[in-house]
Amino acid sequence: MLIPHPLLGLRDSQEFTYLGDANLMHRPDPAAENAEAAFCEYVFLRDNPAGVHRELWFHEQGDRSWLVVTRDTTTHEILGAELASDVKLGAAQ
Amino acid sequence: MTRLSGGLIDRSKPLNFTFNGKSYRGFEGDTLASALLANGVQLMGRSFKYHRPRGVVAAGSEEPNAMVELRTGARQEPNTRATMAELYDGLSARSQNHMGPLNRDLLAVNDLMSPFFAAGFYYKTFMWPKAFWEKLYEPAIRKAAGLGSLSMLPDPDQYDKGFLHCDLLIVGAGAAGLAAALTAGRAGAEVILADEDFSLGGRLTMESDTLDEAEAAAWIASVKAELESLPNVRIMTRTTVFGVYDHGIFGAVERVADHLKEPGAKVRQTLWRITAKRAVLAAGATERHIPFADNDRPGVMMAGAMRAYANRWAASPVKRDGDAIAIFTNGDDGHRTAMDLIAKGANVLGVIDARAGAEALGDYKLFAGATVTGTKGRLGLTSIEITRNGTSEWHNVGALGVAGGWNPNVHLASHHRGRPVWDDRLLAFVPSADGPKGLIPAGAAAGKGGTAEALADGMRAAIEALSEIDVTASEIALPKAENAASDQAAFWHVPGDKRAWVDFQNDVTVKDIALAHKENMKPVEHLKRWTTLGMATDQGKTSNISALAVMAELTGKSIPETGTTIFRPPYTGVSLSVLGGGDTGNNFRPSRLTPTHHWAEKLGAEFVEVGQWMRAQYFPRQGETHWRQAVDREVLAVRAGVGICDVTTLGKVDVQGADAGEFLNRVYANMMGTLAVGKVRYGLMLREDGHLYDDGTCARLFEDHYVVTTTTANAGLVYRQMEFFHQCVWPELDVQLISTTDAWAQIAVAGPKSRELLSRIVDEFDISNEGFPFMGCAALTICGGLRARLFRISFSGELAYEVAVPARYGQALMERLMQEGADLGVTPYGTEALGVLRIEKGHAAGAELNGQTTAQMLGLGKMVSMKKDSVGAVMSRRGGLAEDKRRLVGLKPIDGQQQIMAGSHLFTRGTAQETGTDQGWVTSSCYSPHLKSYIALGYLEEGDTRIGEQITAANPLEGKTLMAEVVSAHFVDPEGGRLRD
Repeated sequence: MLIPHPLLGLRDSQEFTYLGDANLMHRPDPAAENAEAAFCEYVFLRDNPAGVHRELWFHEQGDRSWLVVTRDTTTHEILGAELASDVKLGAAQ
Repeated sequence: MTRLSGGLIDRSKPLNFTFNGKSYRGFEGDTLASALLANGVQLMGRSFKYHRPRGVVAAGSEEPNAMVELRTGARQEPNTRATMAELYDGLSARSQNHMGPLNRDLLAVNDLMSPFFAAGFYYKTFMWPKAFWEKLYEPAIRKAAGLGSLSMLPDPDQYDKGFLHCDLLIVGAGAAGLAAALTAGRAGAEVILADEDFSLGGRLTMESDTLDEAEAAAWIASVKAELESLPNVRIMTRTTVFGVYDHGIFGAVERVADHLKEPGAKVRQTLWRITAKRAVLAAGATERHIPFADNDRPGVMMAGAMRAYANRWAASPVKRDGDAIAIFTNGDDGHRTAMDLIAKGANVLGVIDARAGAEALGDYKLFAGATVTGTKGRLGLTSIEITRNGTSEWHNVGALGVAGGWNPNVHLASHHRGRPVWDDRLLAFVPSADGPKGLIPAGAAAGKGGTAEALADGMRAAIEALSEIDVTASEIALPKAENAASDQAAFWHVPGDKRAWVDFQNDVTVKDIALAHKENMKPVEHLKRWTTLGMATDQGKTSNISALAVMAELTGKSIPETGTTIFRPPYTGVSLSVLGGGDTGNNFRPSRLTPTHHWAEKLGAEFVEVGQWMRAQYFPRQGETHWRQAVDREVLAVRAGVGICDVTTLGKVDVQGADAGEFLNRVYANMMGTLAVGKVRYGLMLREDGHLYDDGTCARLFEDHYVVTTTTANAGLVYRQMEFFHQCVWPELDVQLISTTDAWAQIAVAGPKSRELLSRIVDEFDISNEGFPFMGCAALTICGGLRARLFRISFSGELAYEVAVPARYGQALMERLMQEGADLGVTPYGTEALGVLRIEKGHAAGAELNGQTTAQMLGLGKMVSMKKDSVGAVMSRRGGLAEDKRRLVGLKPIDGQQQIMAGSHLFTRGTAQETGTDQGWVTSSCYSPHLKSYIALGYLEEGDTRIGEQITAANPLEGKTLMAEVVSAHFVDPEGGRLRD
């Protein structure tokens, strides 16, 4: 598979380490009343969609960027890749 | 010899080879199969199940029968298709799957028992009694089956892997492939042209068709010359593109040196990963058989293969010159073989055509509306029975060509769930539009097998493919060619009572398919598994469609309604050696050497693999005959004097920025932001699920500059996790991370005399206890100006330091310390002594941080700060983890000379040794030369309250138990006075 790195262009997926669901970027509020339940869900439960999936890939053998890659899990088609920090900072604004 | 005239072999280069020990001669350009045929050898092997005598059936990689063991010794290679083995001088091959000589196979008795070996035989027979399968049935079956054998010796050859990129990959260099390559090459596109054959031309080299009214070889040669002159075209012969993968990536194996007796300096094979923007599938077509009674005798082969042997290799299919040859066909194609054989002067009996209205193309006898209904000849064909209008007669023939039609090689086009579609006119499956993206089928692979239409289609496909990537390609002048007549009848097999083989390699007959149908194994997926049809090395290339047709007839459905087979990679067998691509032995993964590796090597150190690192394990001295002598000496030297050890492998992460302290507060369980400049703190890192992840030290060198260390094993993982939190969770923090593990060499200097030794190399720096107390750190210079970092930390429990210098100075520093400390008795120590020292001190390492343990279990629960949030903090307080009462303890066997094995389980004295009564486990153990006793660390239920208790350590693997006393985990200096002095 080839991953369109937003800074480096198309890179072979072998250069990357896969983590999984991009929802891991949304760490629960540790001070919330239901923090333990929220963390349980955050740590242990994942959706496993057949279709479009946003997921985290680490360019470990490259520039060490974490990317949010949008991939169709049924065809492996990659619909986009963004820097995770951009995604996170964009969401915060 | 039954060599014909002409052909593309080089008669000036004779090659000697042996088959089953007998010497033969062939020529350059021959395959093993063509050379054997030319020497009158028809019998080449035995079938898998019934051990029937078999000869070559095809002329390409689809060959199901003629499989041999090639080469000898460590290079012995089973199941090599004789049709793909290029002849070289000195080639040695043996037939396989027989007991005793090939012509008197003892296991041929299986053929007499064939009524018992019908479809599903294994499933039905070896079910009972269950226990017999593993002990009796399976070993016996495995011994009798399995075709060729392995040498069981390590492969002596080199393999490699490589990466290629191109605009257009063309799979197959026949008429369509060459036309595509020429079109794309002239347009300036980056082209890779790959073919599994050792020469270009594909089917053009095997037919008598002319191009521009000359032999096709002339056109092929001119195209080859032009393509070779184009710098943007790469020709890869002997290269099989075996699979299509995601995003235009293709797998290919290049047989670099398979055609040589020994590879010499070359690699044997190369695994290529080709990334292509577009691809043209010009893989041609494979001929199919027409099953009839006893159709598997040596001498019965595909008519197209017979033509190929005659035209390209000048090899006649008969044993003796002059033996008659007959052709059995259901269409016009079989007649071409008859014409070509007549042109070569062969004795052609005639053509048996299943079509009643068939017409002869030339001067030969035609049996229209006739079929072949039987054959004779024990080890090779001697006669056939021709039946027409219910009347049968026998004819003597030495070979029979069978033309059942051509199946486009749709394999690669169906790798991405592309489902081939049935073409009623062609009577074959052709690639559909839903195949892999960017792969355009052309020529015979797309059902356009006529020479003229294949050439035009190849050109069309290249223009179309390139236009999709904005490269304009123009039409080229194609050579004048014709399309041979290709009328064909949907005639799939000759009905009859006797066995008629559909799949030669797996011995599946029409009857087996009928039985599968009767037993309701009708879907093709069931049919395949019940009968083993289409399995094994040829994956049914010649048999799948015939089988579908037979099943369709039985069910009364059409062939497309019956189904199709799904092709998966690889197209042909790929050896594990080349998939490994040379990653064997020491090359299995990279080896990382510490900066002092060569110094340690010179000193005679023994090394141990720690992840990818090679670390000095211990440094034996002359006279030491056992590793323990060296390790005990090294440990005692550290406790009494000074030892030095390379600890570079511990992970190092540089953390800089205004928010560095805040960031570390969040990733470490304990408080780091409050650390004073010039101080070090021990740090615990948790996983988000609350378990212990890693430990290390955190040193604040400057206001906004920290250096943290990780364990060796987790260096990469911890860095990855820190980057995850930095980029994905808290990108708003002003912090930058970089791994500096390889940038700094770090050497531990440990023992009561360590300060004395270091004082001799530091430049004007106060390392007195007051000036540089325990847990201090500093950036300084040593040895007269070399920049360094000094940490007063201790893993051994002694007064100790770690000194870091740029990696390239690591060895020089080590040598300087040895030199400066000679009078202090400075002793290099390895990982074994390091382990003993830390166990004696009760410090945790990998065995204690195994992913199932918590800070509380280490006795460090209070380090998980309540004043702030950090990774894993919330989950570490959840029910289940928070109540865990197991604690780290020391264990001392009552008999100190008995070793407690790590992994032993702990039980209260006198209780049953069961899961329910399990009290914990031993994590680490060693012999302590300091205490002159074996000692161990372990986790024990309520361990902190059980000091002094005698407990059972059970090692059920070895059936051993011993008694041990529960003691403090700190065997040495529990008050910690030594490291603070």
